Amino acid sequence: MRWIFSYLKPQRKRMSIGFVIKVIGTLAELFIPMILTYILEEVIKTQNISKIILFGVLMAFCAVVASLGNIIANRMAARVTMIFSSQMRRDLFSKTLMLSARSTDAFTVPSLESRITSDTYNVQNFIGMMQRMGVRAPILLLGGISITLIMDKFLALIMIATLPIIFIVVYSISKKGVPLYTKVQRSVDDMVRVVREDAQGIRVIKALSKNEYENARYEKVNKKLCREEAYAGTVMGVVNPVMTMLMNLGIVAVVLASAFLVDKGRSSAATVIAFMQYFTLISMAMMSLSRMFVMYTKCAASANRIASVIEEKSELVKVEDEKKGDESFHISFENVSFSYLGKKKNLQDFSVSLKKGQSLGIIGATGSGKSTFVRLLLRFYDADSGAIRINGKDIRSYERDELTSMFGVALQNDFLYADTIEENIKFGRDISNDDMIRAAKIAQAHDFISAIPDGYSHNISAKGTNLSGGQRQRVLISRAIAARPQILILDDSSSALDYKTDASLRSALKKELSGTTLITVAQRVSSVKDCDIIIVIDDGKIIGKGTHEELLDACLEYKEISDSQMGGAFLD
Amino acid sequence: MTDKNKAVKKKSKRGVFLRLSKYVLAQWPLFVPAIILTLLSNQLSLIGPRYSGAAIDAISLSNGVDFDTVFENVIKMIVCYVGSAVLGYILAIVMIRLSQRIIFKMRKQVFEKLNTLPVGYFDTHATGDIISHLSYDIDTINSTLSHDLIQVMTSIYTVVGSLIFMWQISKPMMLVVIITVPVSIIFTRYRSKKVRPLFRARSKKYGELNGYAEEMLSGSRSISAYGRQEVISSRFNKHNDEAMDAFYKAEYHAAMLFPTINLINNISLTLVAVFGGILYMYSQSGVVLAGSVMFITLGGVAQFVQYSRKFAGPINEFSNILHEFQSAFSAAERVFRILDEKPEPEDAKDAVEIENVEGRVELDNITFGYVEDKIILKNVHVDAKKGQTVAIVGPTGAGKTTVINLLMRFYDPNSGQIRMDSIPTLDIKREDLRKAYTMVLQDTWLFYGTVYDNIVYGKENATPDEVYEAARAARIDSYIESLPDGYDTILSDDGINISKGQKQLITIARAFLSDAPMLILDEATSNVDSRTEIKIQDAMTELMKNRTCFVIAHRLSTIQNADIILVVKDGEIIEQGNHTQLLKNGGFYSSLYNSQFS
Repeated sequence: MRWIFSYLKPQRKRMSIGFVIKVIGTLAELFIPMILTYILEEVIKTQNISKIILFGVLMAFCAVVASLGNIIANRMAARVTMIFSSQMRRDLFSKTLMLSARSTDAFTVPSLESRITSDTYNVQNFIGMMQRMGVRAPILLLGGISITLIMDKFLALIMIATLPIIFIVVYSISKKGVPLYTKVQRSVDDMVRVVREDAQGIRVIKALSKNEYENARYEKVNKKLCREEAYAGTVMGVVNPVMTMLMNLGIVAVVLASAFLVDKGRSSAATVIAFMQYFTLISMAMMSLSRMFVMYTKCAASANRIASVIEEKSELVKVEDEKKGDESFHISFENVSFSYLGKKKNLQDFSVSLKKGQSLGIIGATGSGKSTFVRLLLRFYDADSGAIRINGKDIRSYERDELTSMFGVALQNDFLYADTIEENIKFGRDISNDDMIRAAKIAQAHDFISAIPDGYSHNISAKGTNLSGGQRQRVLISRAIAARPQILILDDSSSALDYKTDASLRSALKKELSGTTLITVAQRVSSVKDCDIIIVIDDGKIIGKGTHEELLDACLEYKEISDSQMGGAFLD
Repeated sequence: MTDKNKAVKKKSKRGVFLRLSKYVLAQWPLFVPAIILTLLSNQLSLIGPRYSGAAIDAISLSNGVDFDTVFENVIKMIVCYVGSAVLGYILAIVMIRLSQRIIFKMRKQVFEKLNTLPVGYFDTHATGDIISHLSYDIDTINSTLSHDLIQVMTSIYTVVGSLIFMWQISKPMMLVVIITVPVSIIFTRYRSKKVRPLFRARSKKYGELNGYAEEMLSGSRSISAYGRQEVISSRFNKHNDEAMDAFYKAEYHAAMLFPTINLINNISLTLVAVFGGILYMYSQSGVVLAGSVMFITLGGVAQFVQYSRKFAGPINEFSNILHEFQSAFSAAERVFRILDEKPEPEDAKDAVEIENVEGRVELDNITFGYVEDKIILKNVHVDAKKGQTVAIVGPTGAGKTTVINLLMRFYDPNSGQIRMDSIPTLDIKREDLRKAYTMVLQDTWLFYGTVYDNIVYGKENATPDEVYEAARAARIDSYIESLPDGYDTILSDDGINISKGQKQLITIARAFLSDAPMLILDEATSNVDSRTEIKIQDAMTELMKNRTCFVIAHRLSTIQNADIILVVKDGEIIEQGNHTQLLKNGGFYSSLYNSQFS
């Protein structure tokens, strides 16, 4: 929660002015019932109509000041909130993008998403509310209490006695409410999950005629959700009636006590009337405070979730290279081992070296470690042991920017976003149109893009759903080539291309990008068979290394894959 | 908007209201008590101030305090307030029960409706959209029913009740109310008309901001691979600034609303004080006689003040609630739209139940298009005899899956007839027809549950041994046994412990359990790597044995052994025959076949 203050600090001037205005407005509001009492108690006795009207005008004046003060202060508060949350969200978003892959895995993407969207929203709401009510409510409460104390200590104390009771009731109930609503939220998740599964599996469900079964499955989560919601509502529903009742009982006590006081000549009936006015004020302030309390719990939970992202340390720090490797190799993996979760080794004792301009093919079963290899090379993760070098220098000793600028990457399930094709290829980089078109030509994308009426300025929908799988992959490959990288990585990124286009792509890569070191990850033998070096991975280990011909002789697994695919990529 | 449109819209709004009321009225055993409780509890809290007024009057008598009257009224007050709180709580519970019952019923109806809808509905509606009906829309209705409904009843009651009491206390002072109430109503309406579009713009900008954040986060790997964090962040900031700007504009104008209403109420209070003071003064001095309409006591003024405060609250909230009601109505409209969706047509009355299907499938002169004017299949004839294999080949997006959609009756053909064992499929009970097939699809579908449950899904009465045998046949048994809880391991959607290929093997195991005479394989092994595929090849062959099979595949070995090969291109079946015939024809198939050797 503390980080919030550091964001509010630069705005302390505006906040203090707003605070002062708010205090003035609130005090003016407090005067209103005071004047009302005075009119009823004193002014009427003077039998002077113009005096009554004069005080009426004063009361109206206070009302105007109160309203104006509130309007101005609320607007200033809105500005503070705006600046605050815009900065908070900005920092959180850019920090989220800078997180290491390991931290991203640990947080999970959906959770990071909801931190940026709903958690910042909760905090923002609280900051706004705190400024609007956080000043008003305590002043009304304290002001109301002190004025009643001045008016009549005894009556005031009677009334004040109810406040702690109210506070305890509200506090203990809302404390109970938080876990209840957390539970409800989890049941909502369950319910949504069943619906999502059904919508996605409707063909299977219909094919197997499992309607009844699915209805029963849904009924179970639906029932559970309703039961929990009803229970939480029943518990939280106590707050309002109990609070109102306690306050009203306070009024009763005041009336009763005042009867004795008036009887002894120590108070007047008009005081009692004024008392009731203040009591309404005080009770409204109490309600605001208790609402703020509920908001606070929600905000604190969200603020902590945000803080844990902002404070997350980047584990991938720059490390000075102790010993130089062999500079004749462009890329080298030296006995690299790595594990995502620290249990199973996802890469084990992995060594391979590539000269500049050479090509490397990687093939293996799903889950064998092909993509892990790419992720380590891009330094999404650091290897647990061994070293990865580029031009003989450990990749951990490069500046992040320097490292990324060397690569062009098309990843498996890669990412297109709602914008033009041009923007998706350029990806916010400073790339000339000539380079873009050159890249698209090599990637075999130029022809289909040119065939679209608005060409490169054609808008792609989110996730590229208005392109076919093969078109998507070609745009992604264009993106990878566009900045003329030293190292081009294609991670299973031509799987949706038909055989012919794939072949043209391969030959264009060879012809146009001869100086580029190329790494191809694939399931198809045809995609890697022309590489200078091919490695076969199984279970994180290299089980074969060599050229296509060498592997056919030496590596049984490779031969098996190759045979099964002989013409297997047919009609894809 | 034309008048006619307006009328239609108004009518549909009333329709939604009536329909929603039916749900409420169906719960009359709760709803009627709820109304009675509302009346009672409000009545009690309304007459409370009356007794306090009476007590104060008894205190301020010129000849000393009348303690008996004070005590009497104090006890009445306690009874009222405690009673009102108890009734209020009971009411809250009743309303929660009421709304939960309605919500439960609605969710159930929507979900069960979903299961009867044709597959086409799911093809044309995003999953997120469907989910939002069952979560967001129904939640909106829920909060309106459980909270705002009481609020409205209470508000109306409080306003009317307060007015009546105020009328009884002092008729002349009602003048003040007659002026200030319309002013606040007009002001609220005027303001909210102006502010509402600002709030709408604000929600829209928030939506865009969240959408952008979601989209970019899904690509965080690529962004970091290209080192594009700063560019993307600056674009995000543009959305962020826009959203915050919209937030500020809405807040700036909305900031006026509450203080102004408050101002009107305070002015009204001032007028009540001044006017009441003057009247009280005249009453005291004897200018106004007791019993005259102008006469008022000090307690009367106090009561009047309390009632006018009481009555200001609901007026403040009314505009808010109206807004809530509107969004609940539009949510209900969306929910009803699903409920009114046309389900899959009923089975024909004389539809036959069939068991022991032989497995002959004929497509006789089938023409079909998903939309009327875009015909995808034209005059298709296929005769698959028992045990034969039909392979459907062609480029992606050519309409291969369409044939399967027709076989399973996910869609019905525009013309022509599909026959199973010589019976037209339209005359067969849908459930029996579908049970005659077993399917393995490219998009593997598993639900949250144990591995065991996921496999046994295809045949509920299967014995554990059959399940283990199916897993063995699909070559997934050793993987399952390596899981921490074996067959009892819970599979979750995004669990990192299972690869796409392994998921597909589980669905293949599911198919092994089934004893349906016909089999559909739609790219069934597309996610399985080549080595595993080789391993399960024998098993697949066994699975296909003695079954009529429809196979969409791209591996040559599967295709060339098929009895009938359908070549689909641009939505049309352009060639049909077996491997040898098609090669001899020298058409599209043979050019595809030869291209791989080039």
